[in-house]
Amino acid sequence: MAEDEHISAGATDGAVYRVAGSLTITRAATTQRELAELPDPLTIDLSRVERMDTVGAWVIYRTIRDRGAKVVGASRDEVSLLKEVAEFDHPTRVIPEQPGAAHRVMNELGEWVAESGRTLLGLLGFLGATLVGFANVIKRPRRFRINAVVQRFDVVGVRALGIIGLMSFLIGIVIAQQGSVQLAQFGAEVYTINLIGRITARELGTLMTAIMVAGRSGSAFAAQIGTMKITEEIDAMRTIGVSPVEALVIPRMIAAVIMMPLLSFWSMLMTLIGGGMFVWLSLGIPPLTYIQRLQEVIPTTDLLVGLIKAPVFGFIIALAGCFQGMLVQGNSEEVGTRTTIAVVQSIFLVIVLDAVFAVFFSNIGWI
Amino acid sequence: MSTPKHCDPVIEVRGLRNSFGEQVVHEDLDLTVCRGEILGVVGGSGTGKSVLLRSIIGLQTPDSGEIEVLGENMIGREEDEAKSIRRRWGILFQNGALFSTLTVAENVEVPLREYFPYITPPLLDEIASYKIAMGGLPPDAGPKYPSELSGGMVKRAGLARALALDPDLLFLDEPTSGLDPIAAAGFDELISSLQKRLGLTVFLITHDLDSLYAVCDRVAVLADKRVLGVGTIPELLALDHPWIQEYFNGPRGRAAALGHEDIVEHQHS
Repeated sequence: MAEDEHISAGATDGAVYRVAGSLTITRAATTQRELAELPDPLTIDLSRVERMDTVGAWVIYRTIRDRGAKVVGASRDEVSLLKEVAEFDHPTRVIPEQPGAAHRVMNELGEWVAESGRTLLGLLGFLGATLVGFANVIKRPRRFRINAVVQRFDVVGVRALGIIGLMSFLIGIVIAQQGSVQLAQFGAEVYTINLIGRITARELGTLMTAIMVAGRSGSAFAAQIGTMKITEEIDAMRTIGVSPVEALVIPRMIAAVIMMPLLSFWSMLMTLIGGGMFVWLSLGIPPLTYIQRLQEVIPTTDLLVGLIKAPVFGFIIALAGCFQGMLVQGNSEEVGTRTTIAVVQSIFLVIVLDAVFAVFFSNIGWI
Repeated sequence: MSTPKHCDPVIEVRGLRNSFGEQVVHEDLDLTVCRGEILGVVGGSGTGKSVLLRSIIGLQTPDSGEIEVLGENMIGREEDEAKSIRRRWGILFQNGALFSTLTVAENVEVPLREYFPYITPPLLDEIASYKIAMGGLPPDAGPKYPSELSGGMVKRAGLARALALDPDLLFLDEPTSGLDPIAAAGFDELISSLQKRLGLTVFLITHDLDSLYAVCDRVAVLADKRVLGVGTIPELLALDHPWIQEYFNGPRGRAAALGHEDIVEHQHS
């Protein structure tokens, strides 16, 4: 690039900066630094510059602008390049103006409160719209989209059997193993069966299934509907006269509400089998004895506790998923954000409701 | 007709073949882009205009063929190689491809920071500012995020980023698609004036007949998996190919030609 440059400080007319070779973006940082070191008044000699690009021109231009430097020896091309960059001298901010820290904290807090309020209201409104949709479908059963519902059954239910079964089986083993180690300290290993049986039926089967369905299907609902919002499919539906709630939301709700108890029951079964395997292989309790004991220790109300919760959880998961999907607008980035929110929201709501159910069932004596 | 005699090739494509599974997109495709020209690339949908662009800039590895950009072979180069070439080109993607988490000004600064980490922040911000102005954006666009911009502004911001490193070579993928006619004409003018001022070589993919007439020195027609012909529009019209005839002599082609009659006349002489 620049083979040499001479910097000389004359006594009378200040410093002279001579550039040789190319004055381009590659040398911008160096040129800038060297110029900054020289005292005013400054003269820049461009007579030996072979190549100059807009960044090089800009470095020279800003020195002229800010320090009143004089330029000598510029060729015609260089002069016109300098003029051109001068023409584009419109300072702009790089990032938006940032308010002070305290202001920002208050701002965020306020926005969070407002957003929470809006979400709650929105969710309520969406629930209402869904109920209206249900009412319409009941009034005119021919508008019920049986194909869509059956397809959702497949996606939400049948295809989840494998993963939920495997997960439950493993959890059964873990509970049996952990439980037996602790209970062995009291010589009460045989109560492992009580532990597995009751916790599975009352809590774990449904809760684990709900979490899996939220991660698998709740997220899918949000992503599918969100993508359809972005590609304007939902707008197209509306203009044709198809209600998106009826076409998209209701089939998903029905699928989630019906599939959740079935999947929960499946999950309980697999957990019990997993626990049974461990009990058999490790504690030497044969399967038949295990089943007999299960029958004795699990009251029917335990199964009911588990299965009553399941459709409610399914409803919550579908509601949160579809609601967040419908909220998507603008860019594809929002689909990701909304999907995450849908999963977090539905799992959170499921656990809150689970606590409410626990208190409720205890109070009505189902213990 | 194909290549002017005094051509200093900036891009050379020889015997390019691209395919996706069974579907062959390019077969034995040759193309030369000369220094300092604006080459328009046209072709029907699915003729592989964007695939050609992606092959040239190294985003797509072709089945076979040779590609040279600014004298360097581009085939089989790894991402971190050929940086000296990447530094000398700017690319405007079809949808702008602005980084959504950065403001417009920060977007323009990305290539500058990547290649020239020693440039001080104040100078960096000033460079970003004048590049934004060069891209034809108002100063208040600098601190905006891409999601706050209109389609035309996104393209201009993309152009500002493509110009960040003072490239010799500019690739534009359908820069005027999705713009209203006034904005499109403004963009054509901007490209044309920047090309003249900065001495750029421009590889322009477009569907816009007005752009072809307004800014392109030569036009390459992509059809039948290869480049059917390269030349000025009158030269192309002399070729008796049905697609070219249909393209330039269809109702839209004629309307665009009418709007630029002087150019066509001039090129005839």
